[in-house]
Amino acid sequence: MIAPPDALCRVTKPFQPANIPLRDVHRTPEDLATLMRAANSGDAVAYRQVLAGLAGNLRIIARRGLARAGRSGDDAEDIVQETLLAIHLKRHTWNEALPLMPWVRAIAHHKLVDAMRRRGFRTHLPIEDFEDTLGADATPSPAWSSECEVLLSRLPERQRQIVQAMSIEGHSARDIGVRLGMSEGAVRVALHRALKALAEGLAGVEK
Amino acid sequence: MRTDDLITSLAADTSALSPPLRQSVVGGLICAVLAASIIFFSVSGPRIDFGAALGTWRFDFKLLLVAASVPVTAFVCVRMGRPLPSTTWPFAVLLAGLLAAAVSFELAVTPSDTWFPNWRGTNALLCLVAIPALSVLPLLILLLSLRSAAPASPARAGAAAGAASAAIGAALYATHCFDDSPLFVATWYVLGALPVVMLGAMMGKRYLRW
Repeated sequence: MIAPPDALCRVTKPFQPANIPLRDVHRTPEDLATLMRAANSGDAVAYRQVLAGLAGNLRIIARRGLARAGRSGDDAEDIVQETLLAIHLKRHTWNEALPLMPWVRAIAHHKLVDAMRRRGFRTHLPIEDFEDTLGADATPSPAWSSECEVLLSRLPERQRQIVQAMSIEGHSARDIGVRLGMSEGAVRVALHRALKALAEGLAGVEK
Repeated sequence: MRTDDLITSLAADTSALSPPLRQSVVGGLICAVLAASIIFFSVSGPRIDFGAALGTWRFDFKLLLVAASVPVTAFVCVRMGRPLPSTTWPFAVLLAGLLAAAVSFELAVTPSDTWFPNWRGTNALLCLVAIPALSVLPLLILLLSLRSAAPASPARAGAAAGAASAAIGAALYATHCFDDSPLFVATWYVLGALPVVMLGAMMGKRYLRW
């Protein structure tokens, strides 16, 4: 007996555990809070796990918020990235004695409202037009946003090179420093400035 | 840019965390008090009969009320500086309640024909000018100290900074001012603080955005 074509497809698709993104690991709010505390005391691995764990939550919040306002979900990833940057730059405003998620949701909400106000009516759509796509995961994998890309291209050359080398090529600050003829500390300072500039650009803050 | 790549660069940014909000606001507050004091003492300083005035309940209460409103409003600044909206009205009620109690007491113990002259005071205009003038520099310093904050509402956080600055200005001016009646304080001090609060709200809306 011949299996139906779609079943065949499913079988022949290779299973690639290595490709499962970090963000799909389910973490409880308590796990995330514990990781964030570790991150705030300097644990970079824990920090990466927190951000990756939060990205999924933020995506849901952004999509729901946009849908509720009758907007298309196209901008969701822009808002996710803007929120991640805000969480990063404002992480000292979280009181470690309190639960993490209400603080995260407050930042996400702030960024969502801000983004919708800024974009005005550009993406205003009646909800019926995309009701059927709301439940579906419409994000291309990997999640991507153009806004950050555009802002990145406007950064000073040095800063842009550092962000790209670090994020996309995964080099360490020391390697980049050697390549660009800068000290490791200078690379880190430039990275921090670049991230701040990205956050300000995304939030539409004029300098 | 891929979100995963952004996360990688965020995790790579190991620059030191900004100090906790409470710490930056307390630092700003100390600088603000110093700056306003330098201006106040170089321009006028406390009234001549300061020592004698300390023996009267009305002067003491006036000083106590305006001085107490400095830490209270500064605490409100810290609360307003966080992304999660938190309750701040009890602090406003506390200050308003103290003022109302003093006004009631004054009305109960003084004859009614002194109410109007006490309310009008001797130098209401100076009060309306001195409080905002002493508060401008503290306001700038406090707004700067709130730059690292993430206020749920930048305008409200700015207004709180305005209130704290006005409290500093009022506390200094209170040592100079000869009008000690709670009726005077409840009217002219509050009117002197209002423009500072509004300026704070306007500046906060613009400069505390994040």
